Amino acid sequence: MSTTEGPTLIPDSAAAQAMADREAKGRRRRGWFPGLGDKWNALPRHIQWLWLMVVVVIAYLLPILNPPFITTEPGNNWQIALAQMSVYALVAVGLNVVVGYAGLLDLGYVAFFAVGSYTAAMFTSPDSPYLHIPYLWTLPLAMAITMFFGVLLGVPTLRLRGDYLAIVTLGFGEIVRILATIIPAMKGQVGFQNVGHPPGTDANGDPIFLNSNGTPWYWLTLTVIIIVLLLAGNLERSRVGRAWIAIREDEDAAEIMGVPTFKYKVWAFAIGASVGGLSGALFAGQVGFVNNQKFDIATSILFLAAVVLGGTGNKVGAILGGSLVAYIPLRFTSIAEFKYLIFGVALVLIMIFRSAGLLPARQRLLAYGRLAYNKLKEPPMSRRVQVTTDGGKEAGDE
Amino acid sequence: MSEAVEPEIDVDALKEQGVDLKVAEKVAPERDSPVKVGEPLVQVENLTMKFGGLTALDKVTFDINRGEILGLIGPNGAGKTTCFNAMTGVYKPTSGTVKLEGKALNGLPQHKITRRGLARTFQNIRLFGEMTALENVVVGLDARHRTSVGGALLRLPTHVREEKSAIERGMALLEFVGIADHAQFLSRHLPYGYQRRLEIARALATDPKVLCLDEPAAGFNPAEKEELMALIRTIRDDGYTVLLIEHDMRLVMGVTDRIVVLEFGKKIADAVPKEIRENPKVISAYLGEPEDELA
Amino acid sequence: MISEAIPSLIHAVPMAVPMDDTWITFDVNSLAENFWSSTFDGLTFGAIYALVALGYTLVYGVLNLINFAHSEVFIVGCYGVFFTLSALNFGPSAPHLPFWAIVGNLLLALVVAVIASALTAVIVERVAYKPLRRRKAPRLAFLITAIGVSFAIQYLIYWWRGPSPEAALTMFRPTPIFDVFGTIVDSQQLVIIIAAVILMVATDQFIRRSKTGRGIRAVAQDPDTATLMGVNKEKIILTTFAIGGLLAGAAALFYVMKIPSGVQYNGGFILGVKAFAAAVLGGIGNVRGALLGGLLIGLIGNYGQVLLGSSQWTDVVAFVVLVLVLVVRPDGILGTSLGKSKA
Repeated sequence: MSTTEGPTLIPDSAAAQAMADREAKGRRRRGWFPGLGDKWNALPRHIQWLWLMVVVVIAYLLPILNPPFITTEPGNNWQIALAQMSVYALVAVGLNVVVGYAGLLDLGYVAFFAVGSYTAAMFTSPDSPYLHIPYLWTLPLAMAITMFFGVLLGVPTLRLRGDYLAIVTLGFGEIVRILATIIPAMKGQVGFQNVGHPPGTDANGDPIFLNSNGTPWYWLTLTVIIIVLLLAGNLERSRVGRAWIAIREDEDAAEIMGVPTFKYKVWAFAIGASVGGLSGALFAGQVGFVNNQKFDIATSILFLAAVVLGGTGNKVGAILGGSLVAYIPLRFTSIAEFKYLIFGVALVLIMIFRSAGLLPARQRLLAYGRLAYNKLKEPPMSRRVQVTTDGGKEAGDE
Repeated sequence: MSEAVEPEIDVDALKEQGVDLKVAEKVAPERDSPVKVGEPLVQVENLTMKFGGLTALDKVTFDINRGEILGLIGPNGAGKTTCFNAMTGVYKPTSGTVKLEGKALNGLPQHKITRRGLARTFQNIRLFGEMTALENVVVGLDARHRTSVGGALLRLPTHVREEKSAIERGMALLEFVGIADHAQFLSRHLPYGYQRRLEIARALATDPKVLCLDEPAAGFNPAEKEELMALIRTIRDDGYTVLLIEHDMRLVMGVTDRIVVLEFGKKIADAVPKEIRENPKVISAYLGEPEDELA
Repeated sequence: MISEAIPSLIHAVPMAVPMDDTWITFDVNSLAENFWSSTFDGLTFGAIYALVALGYTLVYGVLNLINFAHSEVFIVGCYGVFFTLSALNFGPSAPHLPFWAIVGNLLLALVVAVIASALTAVIVERVAYKPLRRRKAPRLAFLITAIGVSFAIQYLIYWWRGPSPEAALTMFRPTPIFDVFGTIVDSQQLVIIIAAVILMVATDQFIRRSKTGRGIRAVAQDPDTATLMGVNKEKIILTTFAIGGLLAGAAALFYVMKIPSGVQYNGGFILGVKAFAAAVLGGIGNVRGALLGGLLIGLIGNYGQVLLGSSQWTDVVAFVVLVLVLVVRPDGILGTSLGKSKA
């Protein structure tokens, strides 16, 4: 177009190179695994899928492999540890939608986790006098109920500035715990025993899903995680994900660019809440017992630490962070007592020194972005060859 | 591009055939308006904006006609940006109305005003820094998209179609403002001039009827300003109506069809550039105004 | 819904709810009977909330940051009071000391608490927030850091002192001073309310009249312009944290006076949420609003507790008030204006 022929607006190749360098440097400075993201993104699609399959297969085999050094035994049963890690990972994936994508600080996430747990318990435990339904039905039910609570809490607060949400959710987290104590129907500290589990028996006629056997629960949660990840990926590379990131970056500008910011904030909050509820229901099933002692604010902050540790906004990082937060106290039992202190300090240190977390990665926000960016590197554009080759990697970053 | 779904945006193919395709047709193929060219598209009536005791805008009334480039000028602090913000919904006007195609915009949320067809850029650049240039533009395009959470979760055909066309249109827009080869860079890493252009592209992406530019030439040297003027003219030639806020007189005189002058929140003149230049009120308003912008 | 669709899958359908009807009441009579006693008690708690709320409000006014660590600044003050008074041989029962000796001891405890709290606040500012400001971190980073610091201090205390509350400390035996409408107002309530109000008036005057106060208002209004006008922004921020800490330290003394066994690693947390609610209710960033909000939250919480029949409800009621205020009037009763910027 006519305007591109101007003398100054287009930086010369040296300047463009400098910019590409700056960008590459900025990327390199983030993260403890430098270049991993670049290498990964440079791989062709089918190779990526192949690697992913390998990772998934290994993940499914973990309870059987029981790898030495990594295992939490003899201190803690490895299969049950895996089940707990997977629940934390799922929690982190859900919270990441709220905190990482939309930039909304939810400090009461444990409340949604609790609501999910109580949903599973109150509809399946023999201690509960209410309607009983099969355990697996409680998973969608827990999602629906927590989503309802998410909207209920989100609608009044999300119209306001973001930091009010933090304090309201913090209060909500504590309120749910108090209500679980004072409302008799929720049975306070006595709680609900023998929470239900999915059906199925093994060759001996024993149920497959036992509280003492973590493996089936781990597989179930892992499967749920994979489904949630795929769906979250779909959202990320769509109008919804772009709206979230735009809100995080500059809410006013997003609104003026036609993004209904309030609507998408409520969506982020509700989706996050429902994943929290889902993980709560899975947790209740695996542990088999729910009372008011498990859902304090400290747990909420652990969840936040999981997201921040993994890399805010990165769903793979969230899985890593969630697993680590559950894993470290189980593996290193001598420091388990201090886990809150450790993760509290870690939270501050990460924010000050490495805000991008362990696995910093930018979101991919375009469903077919790869095609577009790859196209850019094809025709070597006269004098900007260097930019475009370097830009190829950049496209990979996408 | 091979994966083009709608023939009218198969840009490369058409260009190869030597078709002169205007960007408006590429990015906004379904544009039409009940307002004819030359008739008032935006009507600002008695717009008043008070901050406490301070009256920043005092009963400002003017029209923006379809197809024109209207300049809104005035010395520093005359109320240009306030007027702009009151029009685009950033501020709630104390009184007065703003109508687009005869329908009042008052009280609408900002994103709805944008969807009605009033898009803007920012004086101090406000791009989404962690997004690439292309993604920034696609956020603007999303204003015209219909998929929401359900469609995206399940990858419904509408969503797929919109995503594909968004990339085509986004690239066309970046090409139009001249930064297509930087589509994959994070916007915060782009050079200043590119960021300004990206802002224009992002605003155009919302398929506006009126494009409002808030001091788009701030920080530009004369050569860059020339290019910008050419770009603004091209935008108008593509069928957009442009409202331009500037206090650089030379740029405004060179590109606009008509100029509204504000001083102390009041409209003091509304005429073609030639008359404005000779208007004694305008001259006195600008007397003492530092000449550095005219360099 | 589900039962209609798939009746065969349901194991059992008893819908009887075991309602123990004491957990929630709506006892207007009880409120009427106890109205004045809960009013005075509510005002006492309200005065404490208000002092803590000032810390939130000042920092919010200057930095636009919810300083979650402020509740820990407060609890550090409580420990300051606890250790000082323990060293002075105060114990669970009221000491047998002459009046002036008690006053002297309490003043010493106050000084220690104020120093401990102010020091904590200043250290938190320098160690946690300043590095973020320097690299212009996004708002979210500040909030996450704030909650992280709060959490870290809480569990540092936990690590050191363990999970259970410290031994109770009684400072003096509350003596009846006068009675209003048949309800006795005791010396403890009077001391707390009067001292808190004096402190708050002093703070208000300091912010309004002193040079530093002008600096604080200037930074609250527009940090960049204030810097251009020669205000040392960093120094003002530090001072603001120090003042907030100072008031929290004073609040700590009154808190231990009111709740002798309230010194616990997480004792500041819920109080912090309520104090923040008080700040928002009055209008965050507004010094007088903090006083009004604190007293109101204290009153509403206490009335709610009597009306609903359990002390646990105080927190729930305070939270519901917070949400309602945010819905109905997010700027609070007196509006948000430390810098008087929004006319």
